Amino acid sequence: MVTVEDYVARTEGTCGKEQDVIVMFKFDKKDEAVKKILAKATLKKSIAGIVFELTFGKFSFRLYGSGKAIFRDLKDKEELNALLSELLS
Amino acid sequence: MLDPREIREDFPILKRKVNDNPLIYFDNAATSQKPKQVIDAIKDFYENHNANVHRAVHTLSQEATELYESAHEEVARFINAKGMEETVFVRGTTEAINLVAYAWGLHNLKRGDEIVVSLMEHHSNIVPWEIISGITKANVKYGEVHDDGTLDYESFENLISRKTRMVCLSHVSNVTGIINDVKRVTKVAHENGALALIDGAQSVPHMPVNVKELDADFLAFSGHKMLGPTGIGVLYGKKDILESMEPFHGGGEMIREVSFNPKTKRCSISWNVLPWKFEAGTPNICGGVGLMEAVRYLKRIGMENVKAHEEMLTKYALPRMKSCKKCKIFGTQDTYVKCGIVPFGIDGLSSHDVALFLDNYGIMVRSGFHCAQPLHEVFKLSSTARASFYVYNTREEIDRFAEVLKEIGRF
Repeated sequence: MVTVEDYVARTEGTCGKEQDVIVMFKFDKKDEAVKKILAKATLKKSIAGIVFELTFGKFSFRLYGSGKAIFRDLKDKEELNALLSELLS
Repeated sequence: MLDPREIREDFPILKRKVNDNPLIYFDNAATSQKPKQVIDAIKDFYENHNANVHRAVHTLSQEATELYESAHEEVARFINAKGMEETVFVRGTTEAINLVAYAWGLHNLKRGDEIVVSLMEHHSNIVPWEIISGITKANVKYGEVHDDGTLDYESFENLISRKTRMVCLSHVSNVTGIINDVKRVTKVAHENGALALIDGAQSVPHMPVNVKELDADFLAFSGHKMLGPTGIGVLYGKKDILESMEPFHGGGEMIREVSFNPKTKRCSISWNVLPWKFEAGTPNICGGVGLMEAVRYLKRIGMENVKAHEEMLTKYALPRMKSCKKCKIFGTQDTYVKCGIVPFGIDGLSSHDVALFLDNYGIMVRSGFHCAQPLHEVFKLSSTARASFYVYNTREEIDRFAEVLKEIGRF
C-alpha cells in the first residue's frame, strides 16, 4: 500500500502570518507525485505546464513542477496527511 | 569596479543548475556562497594542520594555533580593531549578541535601567534583551520606524536617557537593506553614559566598516554571510569593556588557572587573557581559518568595490522589478541609504508562492518574516519575498529575474 512517506521528503510550515504548509516531494518520486496529483485534483490554471493552481474538495493549493506544493488553510498535520494520502493513492 | 564574471569563476556552486535552470542565487542576506579559496583553506587545514589549539608543544598544535590566532588578527585589521584581543570568535551574530546580553547584561542591569532597541531589528537583537530584561527587571524600549522602513531617529534618540545602559541597533536592516547612521546613534548613547551595540551582520560583508570611526562598543557579525563558513562569527568589543566583563561560558581555554583550596574546599579561578576569556572549550578552529580566507578574498576585491557593485545592482534591479506591474517593492528605494537587499511582493500571491515560483526557474530568494516580525507588523505585511545581492551577481541575472517576475505576474 502506498503511504504519504513514500512520496514526501519534508513538510514545512511557512514563516509569516499566512501559516501555509509547503510539501517537498522526494526527488526520485516527484514526477510520479506530480502526475498522480494532477490526475486527481481539478486544474484551475497553469503556467507553461510547470505551475498548477488546483483544487481538491474544499482545498485549494498550488503545485510546482520542481516537486513542491503549497497548501493553504489547513487545520493541522492530520488534515494535511489525509489530503496527501487521498491525492497520492 | 569589480568584475563579477571573473569572481564567479571562484564559486563552484554557481555552475550548477536548479530545476534545469542555471542557478541564480539571490538569498545572500541569509547566507553567501563560498569561493574555492575558502573551501581549499578548510580542506588544507584538515589535511595538513588539524590539531587542537593552545597549550600543546607539538608541531601540529603550533601550526593550528598560529592559523587560528592569525585569523583573529586578520579580522581585527579588517574592521580596524586594535588587535585580536578585541575580536572574540563566536558561532555567529546571534551568539555574539547573546554573549553581551548575558556576560554584560546580567552583571550590569537592574530594575529601572533601560535597553533601547529599534523595531527594525532582527529577532537576534530583540529576544536576548527581552530575556535579560525578564531576569534583571530592566526595561526594553523600542524606537519607531517610518512607513518607508527608515529609522525614526527622533523617536529613537528621545528614548535614550540617563536611564539607558545599552543601545542596540542594526547597521543595515536585514529586511529592507536600509543603512542606519550608527555613528550618530552611538554618539547619543555615549552622551547619556550608555554603551552601543551594533548588529553588523548585514553591513560588515557588504561595505567598509571601521569600528574606530563608528566608536561602537560592540559589533557583532557572522562569517557565513561574508563568504566564510557557517558556525563562525565575531564579537568585536572595546578592550577595556571586554576586560571588565565576566565570562559568558566556563570551561577550558577561557581560564588561566583553576586551583583547589583545601581550606575553603572550593576552586579559585582566574580568567585567561582576551579574547580567549570568551572562547570556552575547543573553538571552531577550522571555521576561523575559513573566515580568515574569506576576509582576505574580500580585501582583495576591496570593500568599496563590493559596496559600489551592490549599489549598481540595486539601481539596476528596482526599475526592472517594477516593470512587472504586479510587483510591489517595500521600503525606501533610495539607493543612497540602502544596500543590495530588496523586499518585494506580487499582488495576489503570498511571498512563499513567489519564492516557490522563482525556485522553479532556478532563482533562490527568501520568503517570510526574515526573523523580523515586528518590522513586518509596522509594514502591515503578513510576509515578504526578499532578493539580496552579492559580489558574484550580475545584471544578466537581474534581467532573468525580472523576466520571471513578469511571468509570475501573469499567473
